[in-house]
Amino acid sequence: MPDVIDHDIVIIGSGLAGLRAAISAASVTNGKKLNIGVFSKVQVMRSHSVSAEGGTAAVLFDDDGDNKESHVYDTIKGSDFLGDQDVAERLVDNIPFEIYQLDRWGMPWSRRDDGRIDQRKFGGYSYPRATYAQDKVGFYEMQTLYDTSLKYDNIHFYNEWFCTSILHDDNNFQGLTAIEMKNGNFVKIKAPAGIICTGGAGRIFSFSTYAYSSTPDGLDMCLRAGLALKDMEFVQFHPTGILPSGILITEGARGEGGYLINNQNERFMLKYAPEKLELAPRDVVSRSMIQEIQAGRGFEHESGLECLKLDLTHLGDEKIKEKLAGIREIGIKFSGVDIVDEPIEIRPVCHYMMGGIHTDIDGKTEMNGLWAAGEAACNSTHGANRLGANSTSECLVWGRITGEVAAKYALSKKESSSGNISITLNNQQILDEEKRIFDNIFRGRGQVNPYEVRKELTDTMDAKAYVYRDEKSLMEGLKKTRELKESAWKHVDDNSKEYNTNFTNVMEIDAMLRTAEIVLMGAINRKESRGAHARIDFPKRDDVNFLKHTLAYYKQDGPVLDWYPVTFTRYAPVERKY
Amino acid sequence: MGWKFNMSGKDNSGDHSGNDNNEEKIHKKELNGPKKTKSVESKSKFTDKTITLKIFRINQNNEKSNSHFDEYKVSSKRWTTVLDTLLDVKSYQDHSISLRYSCRMASCGSCGMKINGVPRLACYTKISDLISEDDPDPTITCEPLANFPYIKDLVTDFSQFFNHHRKIMPYIQNTKNDTIDSENLSEYVQSPEDLDKFLQFSYCIKCGLCYSSCPTVATDMNFPGPQALSQAYRYFIDTRDSANKTRFNIIDDRHGIWRCHFAGSCSHVCPKGVDPALGIQLLRSHLLGFNKNEKKIAKLREK
Repeated sequence: MPDVIDHDIVIIGSGLAGLRAAISAASVTNGKKLNIGVFSKVQVMRSHSVSAEGGTAAVLFDDDGDNKESHVYDTIKGSDFLGDQDVAERLVDNIPFEIYQLDRWGMPWSRRDDGRIDQRKFGGYSYPRATYAQDKVGFYEMQTLYDTSLKYDNIHFYNEWFCTSILHDDNNFQGLTAIEMKNGNFVKIKAPAGIICTGGAGRIFSFSTYAYSSTPDGLDMCLRAGLALKDMEFVQFHPTGILPSGILITEGARGEGGYLINNQNERFMLKYAPEKLELAPRDVVSRSMIQEIQAGRGFEHESGLECLKLDLTHLGDEKIKEKLAGIREIGIKFSGVDIVDEPIEIRPVCHYMMGGIHTDIDGKTEMNGLWAAGEAACNSTHGANRLGANSTSECLVWGRITGEVAAKYALSKKESSSGNISITLNNQQILDEEKRIFDNIFRGRGQVNPYEVRKELTDTMDAKAYVYRDEKSLMEGLKKTRELKESAWKHVDDNSKEYNTNFTNVMEIDAMLRTAEIVLMGAINRKESRGAHARIDFPKRDDVNFLKHTLAYYKQDGPVLDWYPVTFTRYAPVERKY
Repeated sequence: MGWKFNMSGKDNSGDHSGNDNNEEKIHKKELNGPKKTKSVESKSKFTDKTITLKIFRINQNNEKSNSHFDEYKVSSKRWTTVLDTLLDVKSYQDHSISLRYSCRMASCGSCGMKINGVPRLACYTKISDLISEDDPDPTITCEPLANFPYIKDLVTDFSQFFNHHRKIMPYIQNTKNDTIDSENLSEYVQSPEDLDKFLQFSYCIKCGLCYSSCPTVATDMNFPGPQALSQAYRYFIDTRDSANKTRFNIIDDRHGIWRCHFAGSCSHVCPKGVDPALGIQLLRSHLLGFNKNEKKIAKLREK
C-alpha cells in the first residue's frame, strides 16, 4: 500500500449516513465514474447505526390523514423551536423518497395485509408515521445499503482505518491522515471532497445506549481543523435503557402500547403529559421519570441504580413476538426478564447528541470541499430535542444530499483541472499530526491509566450533566474534566504496530475529553431550560436571550463559544404542551 | 424426498415435502424468537465470582512473538458477559490485548470468538451461563475464530468472508424497476407472507460464527460458506428480485453449493437464529428442480 492514496471523494464513517452518501456519490457521473473511498475505524456493518431499533419517520399515508405540514410542525415543536425550520421542511420533503428507495433495494419493511409498508406510533407525532421493520430498523437499513453498495465498483471500503486528522489548505479540504489498523501504517489520503459521517459522541457518558465505538473522533478532527461544533449541550436521554448495561429498549415498545409504571403501580405519565402519556417526546418523559424517582416512587435495581419499570405484559405473547422480538431477546439475555411475563426495569439513558459539526442546510461545513451528515453533523434538524425515528430519517436524507453535492463539487474540480486534480499537501500539517499522535500519544510518558481517566470522565458526565442540570454541578463537572485533561495520562502500553487498539483507545479518550469540555461549557452558558437541556436554576425557556444556537471553536487556550441565529419560516415559538 | 430440516437445534423441526406451503411454515416458525434461557430461571441465584480468563495471544506479523495463552483473574456478576470481562482485563490489567467489539448487544457482529471451544459472540455469552456454581476455580478460554487467518490475539482477517458475500450478488436485481420516479412514489406490493419467506435469513449480522464452524470451509476456502449461501437464498426468494439465473450460475460451481455436506454446525452456532443449513438445502432443491420457484415478481403499487 503506498503511503499516499488518491480519491475523488472520501467518506469517513460507514454507518447509515456514510453508506447512503457513498451510494449517492457513486451514482453521480458525467460519463466517468468518481472514485470513492469509505474509511471506517470498524469493519463495515459494525457501525452503531445497526442498533437503531424503532423506526424511520416519513409521511407515506397522505391518502389516510397524514400530511407533511404535520411532520414538519411535530419536528419543530419537538425541537422546542430551536430547530431550523427550513431544514425540518427539507427532511420531511425528502424522506418518503428514501423509504421507497430502500424498498427497491430490498429493505424488509414490515407490511400491512394489503402489501403496503406499515407504520407505527412514536413519541411526539400527531400520526403513526414511524416506518418500521420489526424492531431492527437501523440494522435492516444498514444491511440494505451495504448490500446495495456492493453493486458499485467505484466504492472502495477501507475497513478498520482510524482517521486522525483533516488535511487542508487554508479553508480548502485536501484529505486525511489515517492509521491502517491491520499493519499500523500511517497513510495520507488526498481528495478534493470529503464527507464526515462518524456518528454521535454518546460514549462520553457511562450510562449510554451507544456502542463502544461511538466516540467523538470525527467531531474532534473537525474541531482541530478549526471548524465549529454546534449545540453540543443538547444531549438526549432516552427514557428506556435497561440496567446496568444501558442497552436500549425501543420507543416502539411504548408505540405498541407499553406503560411506564412507578412503585405504586401507577401510570405516572398521566400527571405529566395527560394527552400523549408515554408517547410524549423523550425529554418530557425522561424528566417525568427523574421527578418520580426523586419523589421516592422509583425502584432500586440490584446494581444500586434507581429506576422505573416498562410494562408490556398486557400486549400479549403474539404481538410481542411479532413486533418486538428483538427487545424481548435483549430483555431475556441482558436483563434476565422476559417482557412477555413481567415489567422490565429501565432508566433514562444517554442516547443521542442533537449537536454536532456545524453545517448549513446542504450539510456543508465551514470548510470548502467538506460536508457532514448524520448524527456527527448538526444541520439543526432537531434543535433542542430530537423526536424518535427522525434520526435514521436524517441520516438517509442528508447522506443522499451530501453525497450528491460533494460528487458534483468533485466533478467540477476535475473538469476545471482537465481531469487531473493536483493537490499539494502541507508538509508541516502532516509533521504536526505525526508529532501529536506518535510523540505525544504513542510514545507518551503519562503515568495515569488512560482507561481510568475515561471511566472518571464518563462517570462525571453521568453525575453532572444528566437529565437535570444546574450551575454548581456543571461547574464541578467542568473542573473535573479539565483536571483529567491536564493530568499526565497520555501513554500506550502496547508497543506493537499491528492492530493496536490500546493506541486507538487513547486517541479516542483524547477526543472525548475535548468534546466533554464543550458539552459542559455550552450547558453552563445556556442559562435557560429548552428541550433536552433542563436547568433547575433556570427552569423556564428564555426566547429573548437564548433562542439561538451555540457554536464552539477550539483555540490555542481552549474552547471559545459564540452564537448563531435560528432560521424561521412559518412557525412562531409557543409553549410546548403534550 | 422428505429429508428432515431439523438442523438448528431450535424448534423448527418438520418434514419438508417440497411444496411452497411447507416452505412458508418453516420460515414462519423461526420467527417466534428465542426460548427462555437459563438466565431467567437463575436470576437471583448467581453470586459474584472470581474467574480465570485464558486469552490466546499472537501477533501474526511479528515472528518474534510466539502464540501462547495469558491468564487473568477477573470478577464477575450475574449479568457480566465475556466481553465485559475481556474489556475489564484490557482496561485494568493488560492494555495490549487486541479484540474487536462495538455494539455489545449482539447486533454488530464484531466480537465473534471461540469461547470454551465454541464459536460465540462475547457480548452475548454470560459468564453465569458458562460456569457452574460449585466450581471453585472456573476458567473461561477465549481464542480467535477458526477458518479465519490470524491478525493479532482475538482479531482475525475477514476479507475472504466479505468477498464471498459480495460474490453472490447480495442485492435486488430487477431491471424493470431500477429507477424510481420521485414524482410518483410507491412501493412494491409485498404481502406479510412474502416477507416471511426471506425474513429469517435477513437476520444475518455477518459475525462469521457459521463460517468458522463449517467443516467444508475448513477444507476448501473457495467454498462460499453458509453465510454467503444463505444470503443467496435470501435474495433469490425475495419477490422483488428477478435474478435467479445469474445467482444460480455463481453458486452452481465445483467449489459451490454442492460441496456442503450438511453437518449443520452453521445453524447450531448462529447467535441470531438464522438457519443457513436450511437456506442451503432449499436453494439446492430449487437448483435440482424438486422445488419449483413459483415466486411472482412483485409489482409496484398503483396509486
